[in-house]
Amino acid sequence: MQPFEYANPSTLQEALALLGSRWGEADVLAGGTDQISLMKEFLHTPKRVVNIKGIKELGGIHHSSQGLRIGATVTFDELASNQAAHSEYPSLVQAVMGISSPQMRNMGTVGGDLCQRPRCWYFRRGFGLLAMQNGKSLVPSGDNRYHAIFGGGPAYFVSPSSLGPALVSLGAKVKLVSASGSRTVAVEKFFVAPQNESSRETALLPNEILTEIEIPLARGIKNATYEVRQKEALDWPLAAASVALSMKGNVVSKSWVVLGHVAPTPWPATAASQALDGNPLNDETIAKAAEAAVAGAQPLSENGYKVQLTRVAVKRALLEASAKA
Amino acid sequence: MPDLPDYHWPPMGKRRVMGKPMNRLDGIAKSTGAAKYSSDRKPEGMLYGALLTSPHAHAKVTSIDTSAAEKLSGVEAVRVVAKAGTEIQWAGAEVAFVAARTEEIAEDALRLIKVDYEVLPHLVNEEDLSKVGSRGRAVGEQVTGDPDKAFKEADAVSEGHYGIPVLTHCCLESHGQTIAVKGDHVEYYPSTQNVYGIATDIGRALNIPVSNVHVNMDYMGGGFGSKFPADVWGVEAAKMSQSSGKPVRLFLDRATELTMAGNRPSVFANVKVAAKRDGTITSWQSQTWSTGGIGGGNLNAGLFPYVFTKVPNRRINHTSVSINAGGARAWRAPNHPQVCFVTCSALEDLAAKLNMDPLEMFLKNLDYTSRADLYKFQFAKAAELMEWKKNWHPRGDSGSGSVKRGLGLALGTWGGAGHASTCKTTIHPDASVEVELATQDLGTGSRTMVAMIAAETFGLPVSAIKVKIGDNSYPNSGGSGGSTTSGGISSSTRKSTVNALQKLFEVVAQSLNVPADQLEAVDGRIRVKGNPDKGMSFQQAAQKLGVNSISEMGENNPRNAPKEGLNTGGTGGVQMADVSVDIDTGIVKMNRMVAVQDCGLVVNPKTAESQVFGACIMSVCGALYEERIMDQQIGRVLNPDMEFYKLAGIGDVGEIIVHMDIREENDSRGVIGLGEPCAIGGLAAIANAVANAIGVRVPRVPLTPARVLAALERRTA
Repeated sequence: MQPFEYANPSTLQEALALLGSRWGEADVLAGGTDQISLMKEFLHTPKRVVNIKGIKELGGIHHSSQGLRIGATVTFDELASNQAAHSEYPSLVQAVMGISSPQMRNMGTVGGDLCQRPRCWYFRRGFGLLAMQNGKSLVPSGDNRYHAIFGGGPAYFVSPSSLGPALVSLGAKVKLVSASGSRTVAVEKFFVAPQNESSRETALLPNEILTEIEIPLARGIKNATYEVRQKEALDWPLAAASVALSMKGNVVSKSWVVLGHVAPTPWPATAASQALDGNPLNDETIAKAAEAAVAGAQPLSENGYKVQLTRVAVKRALLEASAKA
Repeated sequence: MPDLPDYHWPPMGKRRVMGKPMNRLDGIAKSTGAAKYSSDRKPEGMLYGALLTSPHAHAKVTSIDTSAAEKLSGVEAVRVVAKAGTEIQWAGAEVAFVAARTEEIAEDALRLIKVDYEVLPHLVNEEDLSKVGSRGRAVGEQVTGDPDKAFKEADAVSEGHYGIPVLTHCCLESHGQTIAVKGDHVEYYPSTQNVYGIATDIGRALNIPVSNVHVNMDYMGGGFGSKFPADVWGVEAAKMSQSSGKPVRLFLDRATELTMAGNRPSVFANVKVAAKRDGTITSWQSQTWSTGGIGGGNLNAGLFPYVFTKVPNRRINHTSVSINAGGARAWRAPNHPQVCFVTCSALEDLAAKLNMDPLEMFLKNLDYTSRADLYKFQFAKAAELMEWKKNWHPRGDSGSGSVKRGLGLALGTWGGAGHASTCKTTIHPDASVEVELATQDLGTGSRTMVAMIAAETFGLPVSAIKVKIGDNSYPNSGGSGGSTTSGGISSSTRKSTVNALQKLFEVVAQSLNVPADQLEAVDGRIRVKGNPDKGMSFQQAAQKLGVNSISEMGENNPRNAPKEGLNTGGTGGVQMADVSVDIDTGIVKMNRMVAVQDCGLVVNPKTAESQVFGACIMSVCGALYEERIMDQQIGRVLNPDMEFYKLAGIGDVGEIIVHMDIREENDSRGVIGLGEPCAIGGLAAIANAVANAIGVRVPRVPLTPARVLAALERRTA
């Protein structure tokens, strides 16, 4: 780990003043479940680390007529224990419980979940987001068993976010605050597939802090997340799907289907939504939606199996959502 | 010359301590953290060692400059092991070492070492034999009988490809040591399976007498065969301690541990096997290749067909492939899990071809094994515990629905006779009893076993025995390899304690005025056989020693052991697995495993069962999750971590049923080691259960969703 200055501000304004205008100047520390390993591996070598866990206004979950507001430093465990999340956003709770390590759920934060870096083993070995060696990506001809089947490059990593797909499907937004003001960005736009090595995989700027997540009221919207994980013990999903369904009787009036761990961003499967909208939610429609979800998949040499796992995730997420009254 | 005392184990029905399940003596210390491992040792003034490894799989060091590292404040030693001109043979090979006042300074110093490499071509994958070129070396064909004729005449011939990758040991406590060199004396705290022998490496490296190297290790966190030598990191830590005059602690980090601290060789196989209609195997042919790293992969192919080695017609070929990766080390039953997997998979495929229950087929061919009666009994027991008859179905016939259940089986064998071991037992006048030997407890319960045996001999409770192990100032006992420890230490302890008791009898005999051979030690008393009231307490007997104590040795010499009968080799065990496979996702879940295992006389059924539980868990890991993944483009391990080098968690292992095969006929053979034999067949049983569940062989383990789905696709194609 490279030596760094450590700051422990107690207000958001103090914290923002400590950030830099370029990556590498300052990193934000919350749960630390990813940040610390990034620093130990010298993948991040910030000059300053700004701990935001002591900032009260970044915590707490508030449920109101506007929806759910989740502070950035809320832990996974806090979210999973929240009554409103349980009753209205089971999709989020299911995504959290997919992190099958109590230690991770106790330390990891929802803001950190969105801002964590990819787990791609070429990125983690120092080959950058695009895994380049000698001007060529290592992924297509390397071991890509856990890589993207959507997007077609040049980035082949998969978004590691557990909450991302669920938040996109629920139409959530994040608040990004800098010393000069704040902006609200749809979670769907927050995740970005980088086109070159100098860009990042989120819309967050070096001088900004993700302060909260806002989820619109989900009254009557059925939602669910299904992750395909090989192990019961802590294990990254091989594919995941989050769905949100607005229903009229048994007919889907409007749907959102978002895939996880199959692309550099949470991947909205619009074709799957189209297959659902206006149709009764039955086995036939669900099968069509699952098929539509993978229609544009471009698997690599070792990850064709993820196409099938994606179908299954969509199907099971829809079945889970439809089972809820 | 007086007659030798009777060392025989007490008869099975008359043991008071041995054979009764007992908690391990250090269980509380280990689970509360009170137990101090070598990696917990932090002597005053200690430096932290760290090592720089090669990022290239094959390269020549053209220059190395350590001047900046040496100048860094807090750095006290820098040593280069790959000088200019050195050819590096794998990514992760040692290049240089530093020792510094803090771990952070040591890491910083490593980054200041400037190394220039001339990068050379490398090979890191062996699965495709057509791509290994001159790196493959055929080791010669073994032919017995007339395999071609037998294949022609057979009623059924099954051909298959099978593959099992390189695994790493994944010791919870990584390799390393804390070591303090002061003048010509060394205090050495390694994590080792070889407390007595390991001092030699350090003595030789420092050119000092081995008797000046004091090894101490009370507890260790896993070795599995990978922790015998002092290794480069031990020798370099010693030299840095010598030059700095301070203790040096150097334990490998997780990435280094998984890259360079040993591995289990892969095996890939093309097998052809034939049988008569009734299931009698008539011919076996295997072409295998494997790697264990730069040294190649010398498989003991003579073990094919595993356990059924007397199949009359056989043709066996093997190719050893050298790749640019860290070297292999012994891994819980070297050769056996791989050879078992290939053999039992091929036989299960053959049974499926004959529409036969594999249990029936295995039973049919037991005369090809050397322990037919044992396996027959064990399969019957395992089948009963697994409810095999009720739960087994023909391959693939597992009903509708997307979750398919299947059963599989396998069997294993191992030697496990005791190693050379000496033990010293001391009875003090205050009646305290010490048993000393320079063995080690790998977590298997050796400490508890020694105490139980001594307690049995002296007629004392286990709590009255002080066991001293883990220190090379105690009498020589062998390294823990090949499941030789239990046989060795149980025998030397028995002989040593019997010899000491004999001396005590001689003292007591005088005061009771009876011949010493008329005495016995029972329930804390020394008394006259047949006249239990005539005697005295152990305490009173010891007081008669006056100011002297009794110290007696006992030795297990492997050459004489078969005559003496305290320990022997040759075990058998069978494993069965019950799995559920989701054919939509290819995910395999363990329902249940059954293991029936013989290891002769079982001293402590509880720790023995624990050994087998651990072996079953390792089998689940190997069957479903574990593999070292190499990238040919960068020549490096992609998963030297606990994130993508996957291991089972508690929710992944299912129910495990262990039945120790404790019977008079097994018991009468004496103590046999257990570490390896129980770690062989589980993986094959799981692979067979999956084939049974989904109706098609998944040729390559671990059985990941990708491989299971690919096999299902081939079935429907």
